[in-house]
Amino acid sequence: MAEEKTLQVEKEEAALEEGAEWTRDRRIFIPRADIYETGDKMVIVLDVPGSKEEDIDITLEKDILTIMAQVNADEFPGHTPLYAEYEVGDYQRSFKLPDELNRDKIEAAYKEGILKLFLPKADKAKIKKIDIKAG
Amino acid sequence: MIYRRLRTPSMWRDMDRMQREMNRVFESYSPRGLRSAPAYPAMNVWGSEEGLLVTAELPGVSSKDIELSVVNETLTVSGERVPEELVEEARYHRRECGCGKFTRSIQLPFAVDASKVEASFKNGVLHVSLPRKAEDKPRKIKVKVG
Repeated sequence: MAEEKTLQVEKEEAALEEGAEWTRDRRIFIPRADIYETGDKMVIVLDVPGSKEEDIDITLEKDILTIMAQVNADEFPGHTPLYAEYEVGDYQRSFKLPDELNRDKIEAAYKEGILKLFLPKADKAKIKKIDIKAG
Repeated sequence: MIYRRLRTPSMWRDMDRMQREMNRVFESYSPRGLRSAPAYPAMNVWGSEEGLLVTAELPGVSSKDIELSVVNETLTVSGERVPEELVEEARYHRRECGCGKFTRSIQLPFAVDASKVEASFKNGVLHVSLPRKAEDKPRKIKVKVG
């Protein structure tokens, strides 16, 4: 089992092809993720603080599941920024799904800065398990 | 902690990256106890004549687990990100989100009216508004014409 990590503040920026630019005037970070598997599904948990439910786009193209969460920068009229330790930016991350997942029944839930994706496994009937015979 | 402007030009971004790389190199040679971890949570501070606004990203922390206190000119934020309870047969593929307890105090530049401090927690972001004490507010002084 993967080890539990301590709380971290650093954000990792998403990579972009050389020469290309993002269209939005802000940085794009890779959200931290926990991925676990239970008997009948796989769950992806992503940290996307600051994003709203309606600003999260989840798309599946072929085997690639992409999560894009927009975050609108804080704006406080009459206030000036004095000190900044973290930067507000969008989040983007893609995962290649294993074949055993049912692509039609992916569900997502958002709560307090956490996006959870539930990816049910395909029916057992569809997956053929091959036993290894003893020599 | 790195002071950084909100919108950093690309040169600074590269410098930051270099600094991080260097830190990583040095840290990998130092004993475990000496490695410096940046304080959690990271905070942004906004100011106006009326007071301060402090924001912090706390994904996965429930609002009931956040504790705030203001004593004189010190703001303390503490809380805990509780690890998710999984069913027994669950197996992690990857674990990047940290969890555990945290406490952080910051020194404020002026006395705060503790009775008027307000905090909200939305979408995993904490907002604390800290109004300046009335008697501590800057007074405008008129220059008399001699």
